[in-house]
Amino acid sequence: MNADSDPIIQIENLSKHYGKLQVLRGVELNVYPGEVVCIIGPSGSGKSTLLRCVNHLEKPDGGVVRLQGETVGVRESRGSLVELTPAELARQRVDIGMVFQSFNLFGHMTVLENIIEAPIQVLGTSRSKAQEHAMQLLEWVRLEGKENTYPRQLSGGQQQRAAIARALAMRPKVMLFDEPTSALDPETVGEVLSIMRRLANEGLTMMVVTHEIDFAREVADRVVFMDGGAIVEMGTPAEVLDRPKEDRTRQFLSRILKSNSAAQS
Amino acid sequence: MRTKETSEKEPGRGPLTTQLQLATSPSIKAVKAARNGRSTLSTVAGWAIRIFVVIVILEVISKFVSAEAMRWDVVGSYLFSPKVLSGVGLTLFLTVVAMVLGSVIGLLLALMKISNSLLLNVAADGYIWLFRGTPLLVQLLFWYNLASFLPKLTMGVPFGPQLLEFDTNTVVTAMMAAMLGLGLNEGAYMSEIFRAGIQSVDHGQTEAAAALGMSRRNAMRRIVLPQAMRVIVPPTGNQVISMLKGTSLVSIVAISELLYTVQVIYARTFETIPLLVVACIWYLFLTTVLSIGQHYIERYYSKGVNRNVPDSYLTKFKKVFGLGGRQPFATKEIAH
Ligand SMILES: Nc1ncnc2c1ncn2[C@@H]1O[C@H](COP(=O)(O)OP(=O)(O)OP(=O)(O)O)[C@@H](O)[C@H]1O
Ligand SMILES: [Mg+2]
Repeated sequence: MNADSDPIIQIENLSKHYGKLQVLRGVELNVYPGEVVCIIGPSGSGKSTLLRCVNHLEKPDGGVVRLQGETVGVRESRGSLVELTPAELARQRVDIGMVFQSFNLFGHMTVLENIIEAPIQVLGTSRSKAQEHAMQLLEWVRLEGKENTYPRQLSGGQQQRAAIARALAMRPKVMLFDEPTSALDPETVGEVLSIMRRLANEGLTMMVVTHEIDFAREVADRVVFMDGGAIVEMGTPAEVLDRPKEDRTRQFLSRILKSNSAAQS
Repeated sequence: MRTKETSEKEPGRGPLTTQLQLATSPSIKAVKAARNGRSTLSTVAGWAIRIFVVIVILEVISKFVSAEAMRWDVVGSYLFSPKVLSGVGLTLFLTVVAMVLGSVIGLLLALMKISNSLLLNVAADGYIWLFRGTPLLVQLLFWYNLASFLPKLTMGVPFGPQLLEFDTNTVVTAMMAAMLGLGLNEGAYMSEIFRAGIQSVDHGQTEAAAALGMSRRNAMRRIVLPQAMRVIVPPTGNQVISMLKGTSLVSIVAISELLYTVQVIYARTFETIPLLVVACIWYLFLTTVLSIGQHYIERYYSKGVNRNVPDSYLTKFKKVFGLGGRQPFATKEIAH
């Protein structure tokens, strides 16, 4: 889809080592505006690392990520790459929202304070404007009435929806989700997935690392299967999830479907 | 999983269940009986201990109060004398200045220690090594006598030409030596407290702030430090209290803080013990006030966390005498 428009994110020949361990091996991926890309793969295959390289929480040691053509975290200068200043990097990160597996809401702030903090600090939004926007977002993630609650008083699903609202408050162009439902009780997984489904319908560009195969099948425009730090297979959900070409994909899917059905019974 | 287990157990009453039944059902009574027996015994022992403790305390107090040398009229006449009050004031002033200086240095050292720069790590460690490894009294004497070692304070290129020059004795007065000595020493201790606090905050908080485009400085100031305060405040309270008493060390350099003030008085009047009691009463009063303040600060920084702040004595008394909103101990005992 949208193959005719320019990609909003270009991941070019990305590689990353932790010591001797190579975690990413020349990953190439383009994400187009409005597209939802789901990334699946076994534990340790480098999915989180890939996502964290997109907003430069991890520094790749080869290759670049581009956001709307602009290299993220680095500048090209006379043929070599130079790290951006913290302020320049921070400005780029405003456009890339991120939702973490463990929510990472600011524990000493109420839900409302969590949401308005960055808009006020970083974007210089006035407090009243930020609050107004936050209240709209809270309604949108169905947390109205929870604005003065501290994160620890909320259920996991509610915390994750607050974290999504916090990321949306920066009006990002792209949202990254790293296993947003893995830390949740089964009952609250659905409420978070339904918010993400609505975000996808709104046309937000999303990269989602997930083990929720049903969600990927229904919402993703493209599914990426990663193993051993590389993309093994990539295509529409029907191609990758229902008619995988690669053995490794097939094995992974049968394993995950088995464990999912075991968890349900 | 759990439902399966119980449904298997319930109807069958297999061997395992029987064992469990045997172990539990008769013992319920036995446990109760034992608990009753133990509770009468422990009540008797408990009361014996309480009575003993009260007697000891009364004995100590009576010895102290009725001693010949213990001239309470002298204590009374000096307790609020202008000299003593100004000593108290100076003690408080030194405590505040040294703690502020110590906290600023401590925070800087902590940030240096957690930074990625080897030079900063080593510098911070060296500072802490030096100031924690030498006695505070020696440090105070060192600053006080700095002039004999460095008659001129100069600033400029190390080993090279010096640009600014001061007379050491005019810059490092006794007061300056006291503040420097206490504050620099305190910095070494505060740095460890700050570092432990900062590192107690989950790294995910910093990452979330970074992902939102917040600068490292703002993330530290707005996100990490406020949450670190929960860990920082209790030991800092202890530091303030030991600083309050530690200021008495500067009497060695003739600063008329509380201890030096009473020393000067009893050197003249020989009413040593009553004047030391005057000092102690003030130290106790100030540490009490500080402890109460600490309780409220701890409560403030524990917002958003389901951590129990220890009850203040006021709450404890309310509980014991059944005055508070919550039920006193009585309910607990009835429940047994
Ligand atoms: N900070 C780190 N230091 C050293 N090794 C790391 C670090 N972070 C990740 N790794 C290693 O890199 C590999 C890839 O990690 P990554 O978190 O990207 O995998 P993942 O696909 O997200 O796995 P999971 O499904 O378990 O989250 C793993 O082998 C992991 O142990
Ligand atoms: Mg991961």
